[in-house]
Order: sequence, then structure tokens, then C-alpha cells
Amino acid sequence: MATPHLMIHIVPDKCDFCGCCVGVCPEDAIELKESEIAIIEERCTNCKKCVWACPWDVIEFHRDGINTLPKKLFAIDENQFSKSLSK
Amino acid sequence: MKSEYDIIVVGAGPAGSTAARYAAQKGASVLLLEKDRDVGYPVRCGEAVSHEGVAQFIEPDPKWIAGTITKMKFISPSNTSVTMPIDSNIGYVLERRIFDYELAKIAATNGAEVVTKAYVYDLIKNENGEAVGVKALIKDEKVEIKCKVVIAADGVESRVGKWAGIDTTCHIRDMESCAQVTVSGLNFEEDTLDLYFGKKVSPGGYLWVFPKGKTSANIGVGVTVEEAKKKSAILYLNEFLEKNYPNASILTRIAGGVPCAKPNKVLVKNRVMLVGDAGHQVNPISGGGIISGMIGGMLAAEVAADSIKNQNLKQLSEYETKFHSRLGWRHEVFASIKNAIWGISDETFDSLTLSTLELPMEKRTLAAIFRKALWNKPSMVLEVAKVFLK
Ligand SMILES: Cc1cc2nc3c(=O)[nH]c(=O)nc-3n(C[C@H](O)[C@H](O)[C@H](O)COP(=O)(O)OP(=O)(O)OC[C@H]3O[C@@H](n4cnc5c(N)ncnc54)[C@H](O)[C@@H]3O)c2cc1C
Ligand code: SF4
Ligand code: SF4
Repeated sequence: MATPHLMIHIVPDKCDFCGCCVGVCPEDAIELKESEIAIIEERCTNCKKCVWACPWDVIEFHRDGINTLPKKLFAIDENQFSKSLSK
Repeated sequence: MKSEYDIIVVGAGPAGSTAARYAAQKGASVLLLEKDRDVGYPVRCGEAVSHEGVAQFIEPDPKWIAGTITKMKFISPSNTSVTMPIDSNIGYVLERRIFDYELAKIAATNGAEVVTKAYVYDLIKNENGEAVGVKALIKDEKVEIKCKVVIAADGVESRVGKWAGIDTTCHIRDMESCAQVTVSGLNFEEDTLDLYFGKKVSPGGYLWVFPKGKTSANIGVGVTVEEAKKKSAILYLNEFLEKNYPNASILTRIAGGVPCAKPNKVLVKNRVMLVGDAGHQVNPISGGGIISGMIGGMLAAEVAADSIKNQNLKQLSEYETKFHSRLGWRHEVFASIKNAIWGISDETFDSLTLSTLELPMEKRTLAAIFRKALWNKPSMVLEVAKVFLK
């Protein structure tokens, strides 16, 4: 059964959109377009199969749920980015 | 684009383009939808095929052949290698970017309509739950297109079959999690496929070096997801590259998955037909799926076009029998062999390799190696007997 807290997080910008995770997902809980990927929260049971399947190790499992994760648009930390630019 | 077709094919890989080609050739109106911007790119494949396999569909053409292969080299865990001629005498490492493109062109030449950047996100169903069309995002606009039959050629990431009620989830033991690079600027034996085995290199799979001419190669690894739990494919690949090709220039880097399972028992349901990776039509030992997917695509398309012509969609299920007798039964035997040799130890692998080396080159066929192996290790006879008695 889908659990109230999603624990699966695909790290933005690191995914290669290969579909290996989709192929093992028993719940049809991953939406994969040409260069977009998303977990369908209502379906995911946090079974971790996608985490194990990812060849590039870019799917994270967070026991406490992913809502606690800081929201970032890009994998690059923007502060870091602007610092390195102003150097 | 029209609002209705006889057949909609989802996915323009080798299986989908071949299906579209044969369906159109038989007079059906066909729409081929591909989610990516380009047919043939990105390439998630080692690109090796046999001459016989490919030539039954298309005349080999230098423009999509990167290299010609006559030998395979198996490298055992202790680094002993044995070279043997390939069974069908000659094979190719393709340039799939161009090959896949060519297959889609042939489909179009035969009358199929091809649309890229067309992502199928659902089926349209009638009151009986049968597919009577697809819902798609075409260049980010929602459209609904009707049809009589949907051919799902949507690859390892297939979801269309699930929407029709077919269980296409690949068991984690059967899914090979893969990472590959295409390297350049080195020297390779251009006529030889190298395959590395062993628990340290690629547990439950193998690592390949497939040359694309003298100076480039696809170097990749597949490990069963059961093992990838502990260590991901990319880490195995990086270790191998650091050890063997530390100075390689890497031109492409990809991830991928291969469903090395028995072919799906159910290939047809609710007017949806599965072809290629979507139906697990892959040789479960080698992981080769280009040709078997094309065979699946051709058989499905012919049955679909005939069923539509005869106005009898019950006939669609004939495709399951046809695929099984052409290829499916063999893949089932291979899958059983794969399961039997699943636990083979690195030591057994080494002794197998050594015993093969005693055979002269011209006698090194897979069958001879098998016989020799049985002779040296009688306990394997039992394993194999179990496989064939099943
Ligand atoms: C690393 C690796 C190495 C391999 N090496 C070899 C090899 O050496 N030899 C060999 O024979 N096989 C090899 N294979 C297997 C081979 O690549 C596949 O079996 C083959 O590509 C299957 O063809 P297909 O047409 O079924 O699927 P694909 O080629 O995967 O095509 C599926 C297409 O469907 C599209 N699609 C998916 N979902 C949708 C949607 N919802 N809407 C629209 N379009 C969609 C995708 O974008 C894709 O273009 C390898 C695979 C991998 C991952
Ligand atoms: S398996 Fe990993 S790289 Fe491939 S699509 Fe899923 S998250 Fe992305
Ligand atoms: S955790 Fe399980 S259910 Fe959730 S997306 Fe991954 S494979 Fe699917």
C-alpha cells in the first residue's frame, strides 16, 4: 500500500532518463519523459526497488520522508555557484 | 496527423519501427509515436548484432556499421582468456543512432506516419476496458488519437502494457542494471568482442568491450539488480576503466536497463500487443534484444494488420503463439540455463575457460565448449539435465 510519506528522491540533474527504475517498479509509480522524471506519490510504496536498480545511483531513500529535504531547483548550490563566479 | 488510425505504435526503437514498417506494408494506416526529440538518440546499447539477424530485415550498409566482428574473447575471473570464432561467422557493432533512424525511415517510406516529441501518457478505453486509442502530449499539447490496435514498443521503461492490465514488471533478479561509455583514442582488436566475467567485475552479468573500428569502443557492464543493491553498475565500470583504460577519452556516458527475463507469457490483452523490451523479448543470457525485438515487431504487426483486415480482433492473440514458436521457447530455455548457472563460482568459470583452451580454435564452438565442460565437471551434467527436463 502507498504510504503517507514519500521516502524516494531522484536527485535532479543527475538522472540519465534511462528507464531502468521504471522497468522494476511494481506500482507504475514513475513518470518518465524525454528529460523529466517524477515519482507518483499516491502510488509509491517505498519498496526501494528503483533505488537498487538505478545504474548511476541517483535515487535516494530517506527514511524520514523527503518533505524534510531542502528544495532546490538545481543540483548546484546557488550560493556556491555565485561565489565561484565572483572569484 | 489524423484523428484516427488502424494501428498506433508507441516507441520508435528497433521493435517499434519494424512493427510500423510491416503493418504499413500490409496496408494498415499506422502512426508511430516517439517521446524523444530524435529517433535513435540517445543510444543505450552495446550495439552488437549477428549478420544473419540483421540481414533478414535490412541489407547491411556501411553507413550504420561501425565494425565487423569474427571472434569473441571470454576473459575469466583469473584473467585467462579464450578466443573463439562466433557461431554465425560474422557480426557487427552498429552505429545505432543511424541504424534506428534508418529503420524509422523505412517505416515512413512504407506509409507509416512518424511523430517525435510525442509522449504517450495513457490509453483511451471503451466500456469493455479495451484500448481504442492513446492520450499523448505532442510538443506539450494534449491530444487524443483513436485506433483499433495499440502496439506497445516502449522499451525497458514500458508502461503501456500495464495500463492494459498486463504485468510487465521485471523481477529485480532478471533486470540487468547497466552503465556504458563510448571511448576513443585507444587501440582495440577491431574484429573481436571482449566479454569479462566474474563476481568482482560484474556479478550476475558481464562486462563488455565492443570495438567500433580500431580506435573506439563501447565499454559497458551489466549487473543484476539483486547485486546492484550492494554496489551500482557505475562503480563496477569506473573500477574497470581505471584499471584497464585509465587514459581513455570518454565521448558518451549512458545508463540503461535490460530485462533479461523469460519473454512475457501474455503479449496481447485488451487490443494492446507488446513487442521488444516491453514484452521482455531479450535473449536472457546475452542481453541481446535488437533482433528479437524486431522479430516480435514484425510478427505482431502482421497479425494486427490481418486481424483488422478480417475485422476480427480476437485473432490478435495468434501473435503470442507465433512469437513463442519462433523465438519465445528458446528464450525460455536460455532463461532456465541462466538460472541454473546463476550460482556458478569464479573457480568453475576459470576451469571452464582453461578446458576450452585445450580445444583447437576451429573446434571452439559453444556446443563443444559445453561438451568439454560437462566432461571436466560431471556435476554440471546434473544441472543441465535439470534445465532440459523442466
Ligand atoms: C547498456 C545496454 C547494452 C545493450 N547491448 C546490446 C547489444 O550489444 N546487442 C543487442 O542486441 N542488444 C543490446 N541491448 C538491448 C537492446 O538495446 C534493446 O533490447 C533494444 O533497444 C530494444 O528495442 P525496443 O525497440 O524494444 O526498445 P527501445 O530501443 O528501448 O525503444 C523504445 C522507445 O520507446 C520510446 N518510449 C518509451 N516510452 C514512451 C512513451 N510513453 N511514449 C512515446 N515513446 C516512448 C523510447 O523513447 C524509445 O525510443 C543493450 C541494452 C543496454 C541497456
Ligand atoms: S534508473 Fe536512475 S538514471 Fe535511470 S531513469 Fe531511473 S533515476 Fe534516472
Ligand atoms: S519505491 Fe518502489 S513503488 Fe516507489 S517508485 Fe520506487 S520501485 Fe516504485
